[in-house]
Amino acid sequence: MSLNPRLYPLLATIGIFLVGYLISYLQFPAMLSTRVVGNLLTDNAYLGIVAVGMTIVILSGGIDLSVGSVIAFSGVFIAVMLRETSLHPLAVFALLLIITTAFGAAMGWLIHFLAMPAFIVTLAGMFLARGVAYMMTIDSVAISHPFYSMLTSAYWLMPGKGRLTLIGVLMLISVLIGAIIAHRTRFGASVFAIGGGEQTARLMGVNVGRTTVLIYAFSGLMAGLSGIVFSIYTGSGYPLATVGTELTAIAAVVIGGTILTGGAGYVIGTLFGVLTMGLIQTYIVFDGTLSSWWTKIVIGLLLLVFILLQKGLLRLTAFGEAGS
Amino acid sequence: MLLSIRSLSKEFPGTKALQGVDFDLAAGEVHALLGENGAGKSTLIKCLTGAYRRDAGEILLDGQAIDPASTAEAQALGIGTVYQEVNLLPNLTVAQNLTFGREPRRFGMVNRRAQSARAREMLAQYGIDIDVERDLGAYSVAIRQIVAIARAVEFSGKVLILDEPTASLDAAEVKMLFSIVRKLREQGLGIIFVSHFLDQVFELTDRITVLRNGRKIVTERTRDINRLRLISYMLGRELEEAARDQRTATKSIGQKPMLRFEGLGCKGVIEPFDLEVGKGEVIGLAGLLGSGRTETAELIFGVRGASSGAAQDDKGRIAHANPREAIAAGFGFTPEDRKVDGIVAELSVRENIILALQARRGWAAPLSRAEQERLADHYIGLLDIRTSSAEKPVGELSGGNQQKVVLARWLAMNPRFLILDEPTRGIDVGAHAEILRLIQEITKEGMAVLLISSELDELVAACDRVIVVRDRRHVAELDGDRITSEAIVHAIAQPGAASQFEAA
Repeated sequence: MSLNPRLYPLLATIGIFLVGYLISYLQFPAMLSTRVVGNLLTDNAYLGIVAVGMTIVILSGGIDLSVGSVIAFSGVFIAVMLRETSLHPLAVFALLLIITTAFGAAMGWLIHFLAMPAFIVTLAGMFLARGVAYMMTIDSVAISHPFYSMLTSAYWLMPGKGRLTLIGVLMLISVLIGAIIAHRTRFGASVFAIGGGEQTARLMGVNVGRTTVLIYAFSGLMAGLSGIVFSIYTGSGYPLATVGTELTAIAAVVIGGTILTGGAGYVIGTLFGVLTMGLIQTYIVFDGTLSSWWTKIVIGLLLLVFILLQKGLLRLTAFGEAGS
Repeated sequence: MLLSIRSLSKEFPGTKALQGVDFDLAAGEVHALLGENGAGKSTLIKCLTGAYRRDAGEILLDGQAIDPASTAEAQALGIGTVYQEVNLLPNLTVAQNLTFGREPRRFGMVNRRAQSARAREMLAQYGIDIDVERDLGAYSVAIRQIVAIARAVEFSGKVLILDEPTASLDAAEVKMLFSIVRKLREQGLGIIFVSHFLDQVFELTDRITVLRNGRKIVTERTRDINRLRLISYMLGRELEEAARDQRTATKSIGQKPMLRFEGLGCKGVIEPFDLEVGKGEVIGLAGLLGSGRTETAELIFGVRGASSGAAQDDKGRIAHANPREAIAAGFGFTPEDRKVDGIVAELSVRENIILALQARRGWAAPLSRAEQERLADHYIGLLDIRTSSAEKPVGELSGGNQQKVVLARWLAMNPRFLILDEPTRGIDVGAHAEILRLIQEITKEGMAVLLISSELDELVAACDRVIVVRDRRHVAELDGDRITSEAIVHAIAQPGAASQFEAA
């Protein structure tokens, strides 16, 4: 039995990550330590979490441009709420997740029931969330709650002194849950179905409206969770934070092998997309002489490679059809 | 009866898609539903499957009145459909496609192993053993078709609608499909078979129902009907005598042809043909759906590249390799699906009429507003386009008036040779006669017309000459008094009949 072609992009992603890691290791043997691995997970935790939501959205053939602003809003919301009220952070988290999930659901509702393009609706959501964050404060608000200090310093010491932080673990759990939802539930099958063709999905009995609302609600939930993680990571809330993160998340999803037009991809691929981007950054830090803009250049090239790979793959499968 | 449809009607703005149609389907029967494009087949099927809500009439399944509001509901009631193309999702695995919506689950998660086992079991009933964990898109159309049938039978299990299932299959695959259909018939399913391959209809089906212009024409047992009668039911001929007018009297005979196409052809699309076009002549192109009528027009207008042949007029060779060159040579073409290719629904009547003329002048030389209005008013008057104003969006007009706007656009270009592909498709019967009158009107000035039509009456009434197309070949040419519905039907039906007439 030959390899299923749908696996090619995923394998390419993992392959690129491993090759990249090998190159880095040969140049800087210190790269192969649990410290680097721990930092890779911690530094990219918020991106990984929001990218899981984005993967589901893109699998359905949609896009969510609001998530970067929602992360910034979340940080500001948490910081301001902790400063102004005496609520426990966990209560604030719960409140925040309800708000961002409802926000996503509302966008999903607009997209489906008013038949508006996801691009425009979530673009409006992007400005809205950023604007509300500014309304709450225009300054960076530090978070100084004892519970927060505990969260920040929560880690498990791996052999070799690497720190596996709480937020790093949270990201891995998010990826796992995202993968189960996408690949092992009826909801996930509906997401793939809509991505493969909305009309056909409807003919096969998918409740397109409900599924669309749930998809964007899930993305909102993930953006909120990512906002919490980002506030733990930075210890503050700032309305100008994470500008453009939605695009970085989309890049991670595409480098992770998910096809931008929807219907094919793996959540686990997105994890490797995020890690590959983190790896490039780590390499530049290790090198010390390279400008950090090289990160963007390499990410740009990788995106190009993956888009070409997807085109090639489509042609390959088309040839396969003609041959059979 | 397993399924009974009584006086079903469905209307769309500008067209009556179905008018009082009756249809019966017995258990253990394969029932063919036939008709040309626009006859109402797909509307009938969509009413059955819940894609459209009917306006009037009733549907009884097992004696119970049903009114499915969605495809899912129709499926649950027992009516499953397999369409020619958009059926299943090529980006999901075969197993996912087969069990979609009824996946076996454990602890809320899809149980992949049980899912694959179930899928293999379903396909085994059809004698198919494939890797069900691969994407459906990796398999041939025939396999996909069978997967779709397996799913429809599993989910519905009473009525199976096959809409052009064989259109993209080769002979061996068709055979395989037919043996499956026969097996399902023995199991007691009622099967509705829609196809334009008459051979397959005769081979497979028990009964035939023919629709034309949204009405049921006849239901008969397949073995009691012959090919000739079937085709005449499909194409219609009742109005034959009434429709024939003095057309031939005005015809110009013996003149030198205005245009000559020699050996025009395209490999795999249509065999090379010769065509001479006289000044002011109306040439009809008759044949069944898929016979090569539209392809002939597309070749002449340069929509398709010709692999052989050339065109000439009295001044020498003319280039028509693409629509731009064809327009420059004085050709015009109104395509079959005017909603897709013809009108721009959001633009006004005036803008639609001047569209092609403006395009030819180029954007550097715009028509003045006054000139545009003069042209629009002229053609609204000439063609009697029923619109409240020249500024009304074309999409809001009725089908017949939309067709007149498309016609006006080409007339404004003043072409010498106009190709009309099914100009009366989907418009009211009253407007049919008017379009035909207009064709005669415009040819008086010397313009030649190539008329493609599925309506025999129309061809008989309007044409000086009729060319019959069958199996991608021009097989016969009729002119003058020999243009009768019978002669056309004969030429379409019988391979041997061509010799009765002069070959084209």
